[in-house]
Amino acid sequence: MVAVITRVKQKQIAQMIAKEKRLDGRELTDYRETKIEQGIIERAEGSARVRLGKTEVVVGTKIEMGEPFPDTPNEGVLTVNAELVPIASPRFEPGPPDENSIELARIVDRGIRESKAIDTEKLCIEPGKKVFVIFVDVYVLNHDGNLIDAAALAAMAALLNTKMSKYEIEDGEVKIKPGYEQLPIKKHPITVTLAKIGEKLVVDPVLEEEQVMDARISFATDEDDNICAIQKGGSGYFEPKEVFEAAKIAKQKANEIRKKLNW
Amino acid sequence: MNDKPEKLIDKKGLRLDGRKPDELRPVKLEVGIISSADGSAYVEHGKNKILAAVYGPREVHPKHLALQDRTVLKCRYHMAPFSVQERKSPAPSRREIELSKVIRDSLEPAIFMEYYPRTMIDVFIEVLQADGGTRCASITAAALALADSGIPMRDLVVACAAGKVDDTIVLDLMDTEDKVGSADVPVALMPNLNAITLLQMDGILSLDEFESAVNLALEGCKQIYTMQKEALKTKYVNIKEENKEEAEE
Repeated sequence: MVAVITRVKQKQIAQMIAKEKRLDGRELTDYRETKIEQGIIERAEGSARVRLGKTEVVVGTKIEMGEPFPDTPNEGVLTVNAELVPIASPRFEPGPPDENSIELARIVDRGIRESKAIDTEKLCIEPGKKVFVIFVDVYVLNHDGNLIDAAALAAMAALLNTKMSKYEIEDGEVKIKPGYEQLPIKKHPITVTLAKIGEKLVVDPVLEEEQVMDARISFATDEDDNICAIQKGGSGYFEPKEVFEAAKIAKQKANEIRKKLNW
Repeated sequence: MNDKPEKLIDKKGLRLDGRKPDELRPVKLEVGIISSADGSAYVEHGKNKILAAVYGPREVHPKHLALQDRTVLKCRYHMAPFSVQERKSPAPSRREIELSKVIRDSLEPAIFMEYYPRTMIDVFIEVLQADGGTRCASITAAALALADSGIPMRDLVVACAAGKVDDTIVLDLMDTEDKVGSADVPVALMPNLNAITLLQMDGILSLDEFESAVNLALEGCKQIYTMQKEALKTKYVNIKEENKEEAEE
């Protein structure tokens, strides 16, 4: 990826972080102000907009009926997709998902899937034949860094906002009944990303920090203090002790966010 | 399809394939096996059979990707249609695209990228047979192929997974353990620099379990690292012996 900030600024950011100072005045472990709005798209079964500083992500969920996977015949299906639409950054181009949007979607997917956030067994209509398929579409509207955390948070907020039609089975046919019920949610994973810049670990990097970082690492943790998913990215490395430190910070930050949100 | 074993570890503490929790599968490494490539390697890790080839540094294609101050590393992880139980479409899946990216991220820290501005290095990985832990075996193979091509490197990169099955932290998960077990933590390491260049996880682990899993995976990496160096040496020993035979003739 080509950096769009000057070398002078890159150097300045790196030097400041070495002294534990950040451009926007945050401490190294401070998270940006997070705003969540749910139910912003009426046509979607569930939706949410997350603002993480200037980063903005909208997630909409849709539910369809489909076939289960052969190895999980009693469980509904989760499908996550991410679109880095050109509206959000001068560096995004229209076209089929590139490796960055695929990685983003798969990180969000893993956090939800591995934490068993959705009670997928309740989404089974007819074992082995018919289940509900939950589509989670991540739409990045403005990119100012840390899309992973914003997307993961928006996805969870949208799932918590998701309503399913009630149904009954009549002569083997699925009939939709009036009324809605909430999508069954069991866990509330929260993903926290840290960037390594020089010798320092920085929570919730902004875009300019991402452009100077050596590497990043993201942890999804649940309310029982378990880690459910991890992804290292970027062309640098972490020492083992940095990984363990990052894990502790991520868990602590996730708990703070969870407390604020009452999740 | 649903022949999930009830227990992954028996009363004696042994795993489905008879291994102890901290035991690697048999690993076989070979270097320089594709004559057309600038560097190549073959890895057998358990039932995984993986080829890696390096082409480059060479002209950048497409040209606009060229960087003025360093080389561009490209990586393609690809599974053969016959490498898994049910035929896999040869078109790249989302999983393969993600793995190509994380494998590239794991190799880049080892390469002196600034030595070859305005060029491209291609790393191609073909999984001929998959048995759990293909990304790790791919990294082990790709790093060997890079070293074999003569591109200057800070260190080799070696990868191995650890995870949790039946409440036990185990090293090097095979296919069934990966699918049925409760967590998988692939780790890539540059052993001399103590630098982790790939780290992923899926499943559920406490912080303590996570630390033990990473530490166990790092031990596994170090064991394979010794074999990697041996494989590189073996190639040159073989060349020397061939030359000797020719001279004697």
